[in-house]
Amino acid sequence: MQKTIEIFPENLELMTLNMGPQHPSTHGVLQLVIDLEGEVVRKITPIIGYLHRGKEKTAEVKTYHQFIPYTDRLDYLSPMSNNYAFVSTVEKLLGIEVTPRATYLRTLLCELARISSHLLWLGSQAMELGAATVFLYIFREREIIYDLFEAISGHRFTVSYMRVGGMARDIPDGWLEKVQAFTDDFPKRVTEYEDLLTLNEIFLQRTKGVGMISAADAIDLGLTGPCLRASDVGWDIRKSNPYLAYGELDWEMVVGTGCDVYERYLVRMEEMRQSNRIVQQCIQRMPDGPVNIDNPKVIYPPRDNVHKSMEDLIHHFMLAYEGFRTPEGEVYNSIEAPKGELGFYIYSDGANKPYRLKIRSPSFVNLQTLSKMCTGRLFADVVAVIGSLDIVLGDSDR
Amino acid sequence: MPLRNYPNWGLLVMLELFLISAIKIAFVVGVALGAMPFVVLFERKLLGWIQVRPGPNRVGPWGLLQCIVDGIKLFFKEEIIPDQADKPLYLLAPALVVIPAFLVLAIIPFGPTVHVLGRDINMSVTDLNIGILFFFAIASLGVYGIVIAGWSSNNKYSLLGAMRSSAQMLSYEISLGLSVVGVLLLAGTFDLRTIAEQQAGGFWHWYIFQQPLGFVLFLAAGFAETNRLPFDLPEAETELTGGYHTEYSSMKFAMFFISEYINIMTMSAIVTTLYLGGWTAPIEHGLLPPWLAGPLWFGAKVFVLIFFFILIRGTWPRLRYDQLMAFGWKIVLPLALANIILTACLVALDSPWWVFCLAGLAVIFVIDRIVTMLRRSTLRAA
Amino acid sequence: MLQAYFPVFLLLLFGVGFAVFTMLLSHFIGKKKPTPVKLSPYECGIKPIGTARIQFFVKFYLIALLFLLFDMETIFILIWAVAFHDKSIQVFALIEMVVFITILLVGYAYVWRKGALKWR
Repeated sequence: MQKTIEIFPENLELMTLNMGPQHPSTHGVLQLVIDLEGEVVRKITPIIGYLHRGKEKTAEVKTYHQFIPYTDRLDYLSPMSNNYAFVSTVEKLLGIEVTPRATYLRTLLCELARISSHLLWLGSQAMELGAATVFLYIFREREIIYDLFEAISGHRFTVSYMRVGGMARDIPDGWLEKVQAFTDDFPKRVTEYEDLLTLNEIFLQRTKGVGMISAADAIDLGLTGPCLRASDVGWDIRKSNPYLAYGELDWEMVVGTGCDVYERYLVRMEEMRQSNRIVQQCIQRMPDGPVNIDNPKVIYPPRDNVHKSMEDLIHHFMLAYEGFRTPEGEVYNSIEAPKGELGFYIYSDGANKPYRLKIRSPSFVNLQTLSKMCTGRLFADVVAVIGSLDIVLGDSDR
Repeated sequence: MPLRNYPNWGLLVMLELFLISAIKIAFVVGVALGAMPFVVLFERKLLGWIQVRPGPNRVGPWGLLQCIVDGIKLFFKEEIIPDQADKPLYLLAPALVVIPAFLVLAIIPFGPTVHVLGRDINMSVTDLNIGILFFFAIASLGVYGIVIAGWSSNNKYSLLGAMRSSAQMLSYEISLGLSVVGVLLLAGTFDLRTIAEQQAGGFWHWYIFQQPLGFVLFLAAGFAETNRLPFDLPEAETELTGGYHTEYSSMKFAMFFISEYINIMTMSAIVTTLYLGGWTAPIEHGLLPPWLAGPLWFGAKVFVLIFFFILIRGTWPRLRYDQLMAFGWKIVLPLALANIILTACLVALDSPWWVFCLAGLAVIFVIDRIVTMLRRSTLRAA
Repeated sequence: MLQAYFPVFLLLLFGVGFAVFTMLLSHFIGKKKPTPVKLSPYECGIKPIGTARIQFFVKFYLIALLFLLFDMETIFILIWAVAFHDKSIQVFALIEMVVFITILLVGYAYVWRKGALKWR
């Protein structure tokens, strides 16, 4: 080891810098208090809660159906996944199974949400490294996905499309063909983005070896999702614990070995391709039949019947007025959301609303690793690492 | 200048000198300040087209008036001087940035010598026999303004931006100076007008063909000197919000903005003069009188370079601080030294221009291969 | 000879005038409604922690010293380059410069090896 020239005093004043909540690259209202020694980060403390809306508490006074729109606003970049995570937990509590059509439709929608979420991650990751163009490119594809969501749910962003026991309504005619057209085109687009970034020397320099976290550390800190898989841990709830139609479809879990920002980039890019494959298979295999289960105690009866049948009218009234009751007990269910493991825990005392609801949000847990990844690195790396963690403050603050 | 021929240094001579200088300055500054809004607009439009969006298109036809309106808006903006700022320095900094930007305009030769009213008039504000040294000297003064701006604002982001800027300028100043030596070896003068005139007679005389390596290095260092992406660290908005001008508002912000774009134009003009033949035509024609053809060719070449500046901004990410320094000190500097030795040897051997060209291209090719190979091996290891 | 610098002087005057004029103009025509929050330093919408006036860790101090050394060399090389066209001294000048740059490179390698070109 050669001797380096030391001409600086030992105990230097550190500069305490606030990054956020009003900062261009903290993904919303994350505040980071950073102790800087020159440009080197000595200590980094994330301060969250600027977007705290008390969702878990709100859930205690809302019926199960009323809470669905609130889940949209958790990770607002993939509302479909949040919808599904919540309704599947309630379904688990009720012990009901949805129809095959709903299963496939939900799989398809969750993967579209994953693509949309990963696209936004790609854009912000690139923009934080200074490549603003990618950020605007990804909105072409996101725009198509928004249009698709709008066609089925009436909303572009906060869809609230899923219901306990099914969906809000069946998909319109010709919708699957539109999705098919999107998926045919999409791999080409991914290649386009990769042309811009994957072998760009500056991008490589900015991301390779940056934000390293070992598999052991990642597991210790509860890291999940693409970030964990980039640290060489093959953990994907869709594979380990198949839900929806994932067990029946042909796709691969993407695992990377680099443990750095670049590997997380590669993993997410490949995941978009895999999601696209899943969507295509869902379209091919989409079963016919009803989209909702036939259980008027849980899900609204068809509108026409409400006008004709007394019984359905009563069911409709009761569901709207009081909601449905669940058996006593507690249940935890988690899914592989685009950002990691999204879990809902419900403790029910038999009423029409949860006694306690807890959300295990991926952004909140993944944010823990920030300090591990950034301490001792340069200030500019903090920005790259936050981008690669892909946090959404709505998700982390709840 | 014909003035040297006058035996007396009389009042009339003074007046004549003053008038001629004033007209030239009015022209050059007028063009620079007049073109600036359109360069900004062109940048925004081009970025828009690159990024599949229309760009400014509301104010005037094709958004032509957008930047003028922005300028007027900046005049009427509230002037905010932060409480804890060092007020005299805070006010001085924008002036210190914008004045060197104007000064460098003086030495740019944008056209040949023309004969007007019995006098030979050079189409440049002035011709200094140390032209290129003057450029280095004045252009690097701009960093004082940036450092003072960053420090006096009493803002941490500004301070970081200023620190980055000074270190960046220090590092790339050397590379800029050394990469130009190749041209000086060929030209044998510091005078920019003479350098440009030597490249007349067809595009194959341009120094870019004898100095491909020097051109690439000079351009890279030029990007760094003008704080453009991928070297825009002092104002990297995703890291430092606004960088050194975070605390500046209204016209004081506009000063930084104006000087940045004037610096881009100046840098393009200097590159044009040194490597792309200045105002000389790529192929001798005679369709237009020289006083018209010269500035037009010059403008066209500068435009192409500005286009390139914007294209890079639209496609590349930004380097990190230490990487930027490493690039300057560990890659550009040794290559510039190698270029000096290479060129000197070839000049001593009286080689024809294509030997220079091949030698330079060979070095670029070898470096590119080595870098790619190193990168491949790290990628494969991962 | 100094006449050539007269336009530069004029341009300097213009530059000063431009800066002073535009800043004064915006000073007079811009509205002013200062509030304490508006006049506090920007730190992402949070009350600033500490001050920016601290002993800053300038690793680049070393770079500044290196810059001085290398810039000196640059000035020397620039003048050598212009004089290089003289055929009578060309071979001698070339050998001189190779020796000079070799010495420079030795110092450069020393600095690199000592870790002065590291930035973290």
